[in-house]
Amino acid sequence: MATTSTVGPDIPATKIGSSLAPLQLTMDHPLCPGCGHPVAFRILFEAIAELGIEKRVLGTVGHGCYTLIASIADIEFVQCLHGRSPAVATGIKRVQPDAVVLSCQGDGDMVSEGLHEILHAGGRGEKITCLMLNNGVFGDTGGQMTGATVVGQRTKTSIEGRDPDLHGYPIPVASLLAQLPGVAYVARGAVNNAGSIAQTKKMLKAAFETQMRGEGMSFVEILTMCPTGWFVPAPSGPNYLNETMEQQFPIGVLKGA
Amino acid sequence: MTQVELLQGSDAVAQAALAAGCRFFSGYPMLPFTGLLESFSRRLPSVGGVCMNAASEIEAANMALGASTAGARSATGSTGQGVALMQETVAEAALSQIPLVIFTMARGQQDYFQCTRGGGWGDYRTLTLAPKDTAEAVEHTQLLFHLADKYRAPMILLGDYLIGDTMMSVDVAPRDYGPLPAKDWVLDPTRNGTRETHVLWTFDTGKVNRPGLRPDKHWRRVAERFDEIARVEPRHESYLIDDAEYVVVSYGTSGPFVDYVVDELRADGIRVGSFRPVTLWPFPEAALEAATANCRKVLVFEINAGQMIDDVRLSVTDRSKVSFIGGVSVDYSGMRQGTMLDVAAIRERVMAHIG
Repeated sequence: MATTSTVGPDIPATKIGSSLAPLQLTMDHPLCPGCGHPVAFRILFEAIAELGIEKRVLGTVGHGCYTLIASIADIEFVQCLHGRSPAVATGIKRVQPDAVVLSCQGDGDMVSEGLHEILHAGGRGEKITCLMLNNGVFGDTGGQMTGATVVGQRTKTSIEGRDPDLHGYPIPVASLLAQLPGVAYVARGAVNNAGSIAQTKKMLKAAFETQMRGEGMSFVEILTMCPTGWFVPAPSGPNYLNETMEQQFPIGVLKGA
Repeated sequence: MTQVELLQGSDAVAQAALAAGCRFFSGYPMLPFTGLLESFSRRLPSVGGVCMNAASEIEAANMALGASTAGARSATGSTGQGVALMQETVAEAALSQIPLVIFTMARGQQDYFQCTRGGGWGDYRTLTLAPKDTAEAVEHTQLLFHLADKYRAPMILLGDYLIGDTMMSVDVAPRDYGPLPAKDWVLDPTRNGTRETHVLWTFDTGKVNRPGLRPDKHWRRVAERFDEIARVEPRHESYLIDDAEYVVVSYGTSGPFVDYVVDELRADGIRVGSFRPVTLWPFPEAALEAATANCRKVLVFEINAGQMIDDVRLSVTDRSKVSFIGGVSVDYSGMRQGTMLDVAAIRERVMAHIG
């Protein structure tokens, strides 16, 4: 249904239609303008619906801006302690092996606080799908440096940019996981342009299919914009992602079909 | 129907857990808990259950929590330091109202505070059963799974070397503790897409279309639940207290040693009795108050620097009657109970206060 409102004194804005994704409960969200997470949620919901696994998915989620997914998805979720989502997902999958278990984390949750849990879940080859939304900062707490902040990236705790001498290097968790025999599928996507978004959705579907075939853990990292945590204007976020993060974390399939 | 078997403590407890319907266990080796982990690892697969040798106590606790959200009767455990690592998860289970059984196989009796004070964050307590021997541990294990489901809360069995390593003839037949409410809070993927889905979380924020109670109201609701446990569930055992001039209070595996001393002193004509809290939390305050109303002295024996004595002082009307006769006693070579857990040593300490 078309609705008309007024933006500014005399500029009419027209919303041409409502476009809720499957399993999405609302179009409203409190995330910042320019944040990449809502796009990532959308392709995740679409991937689930296109695979026809709506009635099999159970979710676990860590702590960050992306935690919002638990409240806007019409999917059963457990909100986990910071970093522990893969362990909780493990318990769920072992008890309900027919469920398609999705563990959602950010880079702070996974690489900083929870590296132990994700690597061991990968080592065990848990038949779960792990998702990392990587924006290189702790967005929810105002933009501090995480274990995945790229070299040179400015954050509230690396204000002149991440300096390897001072702060060390980011941990490429996708590359680490790709080395583990228990991990069957590893891919890194992004949500900064239409091509990446389409490619990332295919990765999500491939990851779920890997789980359903029982081949081992599947992992998708999604590079996503955090304009408020990045010291760049919101419209520059997609380009910044391309020019900084993607140079150090190139997108593509690292392992598996 | 009974099913009596001669079993080592760890095997007996694991077998009792299986009889109670436990189908998921996760742990990380640490003595004297290790035997329990090994026993679950051997036994759970035979009933279609899963035992995970986790990569840390933190991971173990979160795996067990996940299994519980998926509907399994689930347990984890460790020893003092390991249980310390699990406390964030125990708090999460308490405040998210997720049932969980935790086997704390302690080194001696130094973990009374850890079990009874709520070692994590937020307003919660953990019901703690402290069995006196392996046979009672079997009974308590089955009861704990029932109570954890009844109150949707994490609950602790506090054992030690003596519980885990003593061989006893025990009854591991399933026990019926009555009906329980339906587990409609368990994750159910068939609810997806119906707009009736749930989020399990300590803050109970809910879904956008079905908001939860949110922390203020949710945590008051949780606190009311713990008030109910405190009212309904205190358990204790007393021995020869009706005419006792001296009441010795002890818990767990110290209890039988104290009772042996009571028998010895009674034979000598000394009117002494004993009181043993079976639930450390909720502490049986009213029962202890009544049991000590007419005695001259209340002697607290525990193998630590004095932890339970706080609860004893809160319970006894005239706290000037309360004296501590326990102390730290550790056999470092094996980190087992030290020399103080001995009837001669206990008798000597009791006698020092008589006369």
